[in-house]
Amino acid sequence: MNVEAVRKDFPILGRMVHGHPLVYLDSTATSQKPKQVLETVDDFYRNHHANVHRGLYVLSEEATAAYEDSRETVRAFINAPSVQEIIFTRNATESLNLVAMTWGRENIGAGDVILLSEFEHHSNIVPWQRLAKEKGATIEWVAVTDEGILDQASFDAGLAKKPKLVSFTHMSNVLGTVNPVAEVTTKAHAAGAVVVVDGAQSAPHFPVDVQAIGCDFFVFSGHKMLAPTGTGVLYGKKALLEAMPPFMGGGDMILEVTKDGATWNDLPYKFEAGTPNFAGFVGLAAAIDYLSALGMENIWAHEQELTAYGVAQLSAVAGLTLYGPRDTNIRGAVFPFSMSKVHPHDIAAILDEQGIAVRAGHHCAQVLHTKLGVPATSRASAYVYTTKEDIDALINGLREVRKIFPA
Amino acid sequence: MSLSLYQQEMLEHAEHPRNFGTLDHPDLQGRRTNPTCGDEVTMAVKFTDEKVSDVAFAGSGCSVSQAWASMLTEWVKGKTREELNALSEEQHLTLLDVPLTPSRRPCALLSLQALQEALRA
Repeated sequence: MNVEAVRKDFPILGRMVHGHPLVYLDSTATSQKPKQVLETVDDFYRNHHANVHRGLYVLSEEATAAYEDSRETVRAFINAPSVQEIIFTRNATESLNLVAMTWGRENIGAGDVILLSEFEHHSNIVPWQRLAKEKGATIEWVAVTDEGILDQASFDAGLAKKPKLVSFTHMSNVLGTVNPVAEVTTKAHAAGAVVVVDGAQSAPHFPVDVQAIGCDFFVFSGHKMLAPTGTGVLYGKKALLEAMPPFMGGGDMILEVTKDGATWNDLPYKFEAGTPNFAGFVGLAAAIDYLSALGMENIWAHEQELTAYGVAQLSAVAGLTLYGPRDTNIRGAVFPFSMSKVHPHDIAAILDEQGIAVRAGHHCAQVLHTKLGVPATSRASAYVYTTKEDIDALINGLREVRKIFPA
Repeated sequence: MSLSLYQQEMLEHAEHPRNFGTLDHPDLQGRRTNPTCGDEVTMAVKFTDEKVSDVAFAGSGCSVSQAWASMLTEWVKGKTREELNALSEEQHLTLLDVPLTPSRRPCALLSLQALQEALRA
């Protein structure tokens, strides 16, 4: 992969921040966008924009075709069997809420168990907590080991409680740990559970095949993989989606409405009430085309190289604690760290003064931070356009942090 | 490199915060947390003859939240309850002459919010 050529596609990487060239190390929060995506969305609005699934005129037909083509692009990207199983939402969070409020409300009852892991992002915790409270169900937690991987004994103990639902992240947004979701799914199915995989951090970074995983639902967000914001995806197995009630009510999700009630549209439209973010999804298709041209295998290889480099460089900084597994085969390029005598906010602020963008906080994973024993961490993360020089800039930036907050 | 935020006065307050700790029987006490980073500040105040005679803050957080809490404890001494009530965000933010970006304002405001929580209690 030619990273220098890739970087030229991202206009924002030419920006100066506080007099320094931007070093963007927060792709885990959201990715930057290549001109191919920006130009596709711009062209759509300039030349093809009209509401989808409605008009009987050229523009609407073009817009509808573009929107439905993106659904096919997404289907192929995760190797789903059918476009009817691809539901477009706002983001992975909305996809998870959709499952909780439709499948969950129909299938989770008093005394039922929902199994989550300590890795989970708040978006894969709070919807289930609300559901559990509403139904009188309980949430059980699978532990993360000190090494930062899924505790298999704890997982087995959780499965022994016969959960109705198992919902795990594919890759931790804090530690970068890649979970063995295919094995998890096989075991969870054997225990009788429905399986949700949160792919917000996996789909952008390595090849995903939902049929090989075998999960019942898979969610991800376009904005973390070069696409515009507001482009979420829910994949669900057809039989489950068909049995589920709709999520929101409105236009497009109905077949017929009378004063007495309504009947629901077919999949996937049953779950897409109102005018969708079709221009955004046209951008998502352009983003997937861009990623596919680079090759997801190549992207993962590039990131594994950065992971090894980042782990080695950060581990060598005195007074710095780097969290997460050391085995780069099961770790993405996410580097959460803390430094003695400096709060993560101050680290991020001093780095910002040098044009370096990192995240500081609990990264929407308070349960995991409680486990790590720190209220917050600083987090640097990489993507297709990240170079070893970016990591060198971070290491230099941390020297400035030490000048202001001596160890 | 401009290090405008990390000036000596702020770093000094962050490292050696004034009135850090707790009061035994405070007349008012309030606590606030910052949900984005887990920072927390508890402010406790005692009145004698309707004026603040003792004050303490406790908590943990970044240099901005700790320095501003420290400065606030200095400011509240000798003030009446009405004066505490009247303290505005803008006034509070001028307790230290350090420029704050929008993302750091909540850090500085945490102690004021803890005080306001105390006044409401």
